[in-house]
Amino acid sequence: MKTFPGVRALSEMDLELHGGEVLALVGENGAGKSTLMKVLTGVHHPDAGEFRYLGRPLRVSGPMDAAQQGLAIIHQELNLIPSLTVAQNIYLGREDLAARLLTRPRQLEARAQSLFDELGMDLDPSARAEDLPVAQQQMVEIAKALSFDARVLIMDEPTAALNESEVETLHALIRDFVTERTGVVYISHRMEELRRIADRVQVIRDGEFVDDFPMAGASMDDVVTKMVGRPVETGGSGSGPRDVREDREVILSVEHLRSRPLVEDVSFDLREGEILGFAGLMGAGRSETARALIGSLPRQGGSVRYRGRPVSWRSPAQAARAGIGYLPEDRKRLGLMLEASVLRNMELSSLGERFQRGGFVRDGAARAAAEEKAGALHVRTPHLDQPIKNLSGGNQQKAVIGRWLLKDCDVLIFDEPTRGIDVGAKEEIHTLLEDLAAQGRSIIVISSELPEVLRLAHRVVVMNQGRVSGVLEAAEADPESVMRLATAEDLTTTTEGHR
Amino acid sequence: MSTAATDAPTSEAAAPGRSRGARRVRIQQLLAAGTLVLIFIAFSIASPTIFPTWGNIVTILYSTVVIGLLALGATFVITTAGIDLSVGTGMALCAVMSGMFIVNWGVPVPIGIVLAILFGGFVGLVNGFNVAILDLPPFIATLAMMMVASGLALVISGAAPIYFEDGSYMGFSTGMLIPSIPNAVLVLLVAAVIAAILMSRTLLGRYATAIGSNREAADLAGVDVKKWLIIVYVVGGLFTGLAGVMISARLGSAQPATGMGYELDAIAAVVIGGTSLAGGRGTVFGTMIGALIISVLTNGLQILSIPQEWQDVLLGAVILVAVYIDRLRRRSEHTA
Repeated sequence: MKTFPGVRALSEMDLELHGGEVLALVGENGAGKSTLMKVLTGVHHPDAGEFRYLGRPLRVSGPMDAAQQGLAIIHQELNLIPSLTVAQNIYLGREDLAARLLTRPRQLEARAQSLFDELGMDLDPSARAEDLPVAQQQMVEIAKALSFDARVLIMDEPTAALNESEVETLHALIRDFVTERTGVVYISHRMEELRRIADRVQVIRDGEFVDDFPMAGASMDDVVTKMVGRPVETGGSGSGPRDVREDREVILSVEHLRSRPLVEDVSFDLREGEILGFAGLMGAGRSETARALIGSLPRQGGSVRYRGRPVSWRSPAQAARAGIGYLPEDRKRLGLMLEASVLRNMELSSLGERFQRGGFVRDGAARAAAEEKAGALHVRTPHLDQPIKNLSGGNQQKAVIGRWLLKDCDVLIFDEPTRGIDVGAKEEIHTLLEDLAAQGRSIIVISSELPEVLRLAHRVVVMNQGRVSGVLEAAEADPESVMRLATAEDLTTTTEGHR
Repeated sequence: MSTAATDAPTSEAAAPGRSRGARRVRIQQLLAAGTLVLIFIAFSIASPTIFPTWGNIVTILYSTVVIGLLALGATFVITTAGIDLSVGTGMALCAVMSGMFIVNWGVPVPIGIVLAILFGGFVGLVNGFNVAILDLPPFIATLAMMMVASGLALVISGAAPIYFEDGSYMGFSTGMLIPSIPNAVLVLLVAAVIAAILMSRTLLGRYATAIGSNREAADLAGVDVKKWLIIVYVVGGLFTGLAGVMISARLGSAQPATGMGYELDAIAAVVIGGTSLAGGRGTVFGTMIGALIISVLTNGLQILSIPQEWQDVLLGAVILVAVYIDRLRRRSEHTA
C-alpha cells in the first residue's frame, strides 16, 4: 500500500492513493488538479507538506525522474514528437549510448513491439506519430508511461479525444494495469466514465480537498454539488443589477455559428445593457466562439446580425470599427505588447480614430486621454512610459481594458477578464463591468470561474463541446444547473436529469 | 486599495516619468553616436593628415547615401519583425527602370525619377502582398523577390548598362545646391528626416512597432495588420527605388548586375543602430548612425591600406559587438 498524505498543492490538499485502486480526481477548471499533477511530477515544488511514496518521502526533480521512480503521468495535451516514430517516441531520452550515437531503429522497434504485445496493444512501432489518429497517439503515450514499469499512473482527461470503443480499450488497459502494487489517478469531467472505472472519488475545489467517497452509490448530482461548493455562497441572486428587460434592443444576434474544430453550432442574442455570461469547461469553444464572431477565426457557417443588419467581419479590425472590442484570455500572448509602454498599449485600439489627424498621431491627446483612463481605472504605475511588463497582472489587465474603453465600444467581449489577478483588482474589474452595462454597453463575459459568471451575468450561456447546451436566466442559474449543462455528455438526457 | 491614494500617483508621476523615459532613449542614442565618434577619433589619430579632412568627411557622407537609403527602408520592415532581402537587387532593378524611362523611352528626368521610385514601391507592394495576404515568411518572400529582381534587371536591360546622357540626372547626385556638399547627401538627409517623422509621429510607425511587438495582440486590438504590413513593405520599396536612382545618378549609368549584397549591408546598419531583428523597436536615428559607422570603418580602413578581406572581418566583428552591447543594455533595463 502506498499513500500520499499531506500534500499542499495550492492551499491545502490531501490525496491518498491505495494499491489496487483507481482514484477519480474531479474539480472545476482551475480547482488545482493540474497544479497537483505538476507537483507530483516535479515540475513545481510544494511550498509545504510532502508526498510519501511507498512509505518514504518522495523527492522528484522532474518528469523523467518521476517516471523512473514509477510515477507516470499522461497529460491532457499529447507530448509526442510528430516527426519521430512510435518507437522513438516511447524510448526518447532513454536510448542506450550506442543507439544515441547510431540510431538503430530495428532494435528500438523490436523493443516497442514486445512492449505492445505485453500490453495487448495493436500499434505499429515504425509509424510516425503524426500519421496516427489522436486515439492511437494517446495509446502511445500510455505505452510510454507503462514502459517505465510504473506503479502509479496519473491520467489527465485521457479520454477527451477518444470515441466510445477506444474508451473501452483504455479502460481495459487500466483494469489490467491495476494490481495490488499499482494504482491509478484518473482525472476526468465525464461522470459516466468515472462510474465505470473509478473505485473512489476525490473532489477538489479552489486548491483544497473537499470530499472523498466511494464511487459505488455516489450519484452524479452528489459529485457536481461537491465540485461547485455550497450554492448559497456563490448563488445567483441579489448581487448585481438584474433588471435587463426583455424589451431592450437586441444588439447582436448570433445564429448557428460554426468554426471548426471547436465551435459546432452556437446561437445567442445579446441585448443592450446586458452582461451575458459564457460558462463551460475548458475546450467547450467559448473563446473560439468570440474569436469567430469578430473575424479572428474562420467561420464555416452561421450568421451574425449587429443592430439588425447582417455582418460578416473578416478581421478584428472590422469588428472594432463597428464597435466590438475583444479582450483576449491570454493576456501576455494575445493582449499585450510586453516590451512597449503602458501608454502604447492603451492607445493602440484608438490610434486610427480619435488619436490621429491626417495619419499623424495626436500624441498629446492620446496621452491625456490614457492618463485620465488610467486614473479612473486605478492602473497603478509610476508613469505611463513604464514598460507594461513591469506592472502586476491586475494592472496590466486594467490597462488593456482601458485600451477598449478609450475606443468607446458598444459591445465588449471580456475573455477571462480576471484570470491570474489579485482579489482587489478582480473586484474593481467586476464593478467596472457592472457600471459599463448600466451605461448601456452590452457585455459578454467568458469565464471559467463560475462564481464570476454567476455574480455578473444577467443571463448565462452554457457551452458544451462546441454547442450551447442551455441559456439560463440569472434567477435560475446556480452552480449546479450550470455544471450539469457544462459536463453533460449527452445533452438530451441531461435536460431530463435536470427536471 | 482603490482609494484616491492609488489614483494620485498615476497622474502626478506621469510628468517626471516622461522625462525619465525620454532620457533613457537619449542615452541609447548617445551610446550609438558615441561609438561612431570613438571610431572617428581612432582613425583621426591613425591617419591625422588624410582621414579627418573636410574632403574625406564629404566622401564618407557621400558613400553612406545608398546604404543609408536602403537601411532607412529596411528599418520599417525590420520593426515589424520582418526582413527585406530584396532591397539590393530591387535597387538595381529600379536603377534599370530609371534608365529605361529616361534614356530608352525619353521620359523627362524629374518624371523618370518619380516613376523609378514608384516602381520601387511596386516591388514593395508585391513583397507586402506575399507577406501579408499569402502569409509567406518575409525571409522567403523577399529572398524570392531578390532573385526575381536580379533576373528582371538583366532581362529588361539586355544585361548591358544603360548610360545616362542628360547631365541633370547625374546632377541629382553629384551636383551641389549647397557649396561643397553633394546633393546626394542632402537627399539622404531629407529622406532620414522623413523616415524619422514617419516612424515617431505617424500611424505607420506606431502600427509597424505594434505589429513587431506582438502581431496577434495588434490584430485582436483592431489594428488592420495586413493593410499596414503591405504599407510598410511599400514604404521600404520606395526607399529602395530612391536608392536605385541615387546609385545610377552617381555612376552615370544603371548597372543591372550590381545590387546583390547591399541588402546585407543595409540590415547590418539597421542592427548596429539598435533596431531589434525580433521586431517592436525601430530607431531611424540609430539606423543612420549604423550606416555611418559602416562607411566610416570602410573609409578609414581603406585609408590605412587594410586589405579588403580584413575590412570584411572587422565589419563582421563590429556587428557582433554592437548587437552584444545592445543586448547587455537591454538586460540591464530588465533588472532596473
